[in-house]
Amino acid sequence: MSTVPAPTQLVQEGRTRSLVDFYLTTMRTEVQLQFQYRAAIYMYLLGMVAEPVIYLVVWTTIAEQSGGTVGGLTTGELAAYYIVWTLVRNMNLVFTPYGWESRIREGKLSGQLLRPLHPIHYDIAEFAGGKFVWVLFYLPIAVVLTLVFHPTFDIRPLEVAVFAVAIWGAYLIRTFNQSSLGLITFWTTRVGALFQLYITLELLLSGRLVPLTLMPEWVQTVAWFLPFRWTFYFPIQTLVGDLSNEELLGGLAMQVFWIVVGIGVFSLVWRRAIRQYTAVGN
Amino acid sequence: MTTLRVALLHLRIGVMNDLQYRVNFALQVLQSLLALATGLVVLALVYSHVAELNGWSQPELLAVLGTQILMGGVIRALIQPNMMRLTEDVHEGKLDHALTKPVDAQMLVSVREVQVWQAVDIVLGAIVIAVALVRLGGNLGALDALAFAIALTFGAVMLYCFWLLLATGSFWVVRMWFLPELFEGVFQTGRWPVGIYPDWLRFGITFLVPIAFAITVPAEALTSRLDWQTLLLAAGFAVALFAFTRWFWRFGLRRYSGASA
Repeated sequence: MSTVPAPTQLVQEGRTRSLVDFYLTTMRTEVQLQFQYRAAIYMYLLGMVAEPVIYLVVWTTIAEQSGGTVGGLTTGELAAYYIVWTLVRNMNLVFTPYGWESRIREGKLSGQLLRPLHPIHYDIAEFAGGKFVWVLFYLPIAVVLTLVFHPTFDIRPLEVAVFAVAIWGAYLIRTFNQSSLGLITFWTTRVGALFQLYITLELLLSGRLVPLTLMPEWVQTVAWFLPFRWTFYFPIQTLVGDLSNEELLGGLAMQVFWIVVGIGVFSLVWRRAIRQYTAVGN
Repeated sequence: MTTLRVALLHLRIGVMNDLQYRVNFALQVLQSLLALATGLVVLALVYSHVAELNGWSQPELLAVLGTQILMGGVIRALIQPNMMRLTEDVHEGKLDHALTKPVDAQMLVSVREVQVWQAVDIVLGAIVIAVALVRLGGNLGALDALAFAIALTFGAVMLYCFWLLLATGSFWVVRMWFLPELFEGVFQTGRWPVGIYPDWLRFGITFLVPIAFAITVPAEALTSRLDWQTLLLAAGFAVALFAFTRWFWRFGLRRYSGASA
């Protein structure tokens, strides 16, 4: 009796190992690359922080005017929400449809198609590596925001653990959604209009604009059936909200569900889209 | 006089160039309407929880929103494209082309680009302001209207100066791709009257980034709460900032070494 594994199994193992190797190497390279642009990243982060600070100031003003709370949230809870918001936002910045647009319109995709791995692996690995630098740079800003706005936190260890997973779930959901949108460029060459529509919907239905509990009842119901809330509201709530263990794990399950849907949609569109692709030169 | 003629000529070429791409107009209209819709939803949301925000009623905040959209259109149509071109030219060593022309260099780098379709926001902002005024009772005094126009002009000058100060920075820091994001982020503070912000932030968006002068002050004129001291302060600050910007531009220019492209 032979104990040597079947050849197909060996190939499979080799493939997995080289994929892991590819991801680690690309991420490490990206970390070093991003470190070169410290000043630029800080400026970008400052522009980004303006958005939650504005929301926070407006809703804090409203809460103070209505006796300390708005929709059951105290000013301290609002501050906590928008400070964690910024960390989550950092994590769910992904390769945009505009990136796909220029890639396809300018024919840069041709070269990428010749590589042994699907282009999306490069996107996922590069942005994932960048996160380590961005989040590191964000931490001092978080400290300043905490000193200025006095958030109130009540965190359990399990919440921290779920949060650490959920931000990566949010990252993957958003990656596949936006990449699928980007593929539309194969047919239209321009994606701006659709992307703006998507961003507007996301803004209103994800908890990016306000904690979803401040929204009218029916909006909250609609939001349940869409992927958006799992990319902002849920990861933020794991730390800020008072979720039960079932809600925490159920949320992760929902994230997995939407990642699977995202991968399904993306590969479906990709297979049809790639037949559309023609490029000159490069 | 020559200066003005050169500026108008550039404007005309830019307009003619952009008018070729009509689909961009439709896209811009859609994008502007989506942004407006979001702004209106936020206002509705805020006023579903309170009747007044820091002393401002809903139609009054609508006037602020309209002013912010209008000013955003001015910046993105006329100011930002020129300033980004300036930073790119410095980066690529192509600024020589502008510097060797027999007109004032600061003027020339400020008028070379125009993005016509962004002017959709200027029109849209004006419409929003008109709607707000009707809902406020429709009796804007001539003096208030004049104060609004003056405050708006000073505001535009100050934002131009601010952008040029940033763009002049490219003589030292060559990579400036983040400028539009940074500015757009901070500019969103103008959606709300500066009074609601904490002191340090209010100071910042008044004197460091002159958003309060550019948006809140004109909106105060529209809602009859502007006093002449504030307008005078705006005028003084605009003149001082313009003088400083011109000095800083010349100072930065000395560092420029072209690649003789």
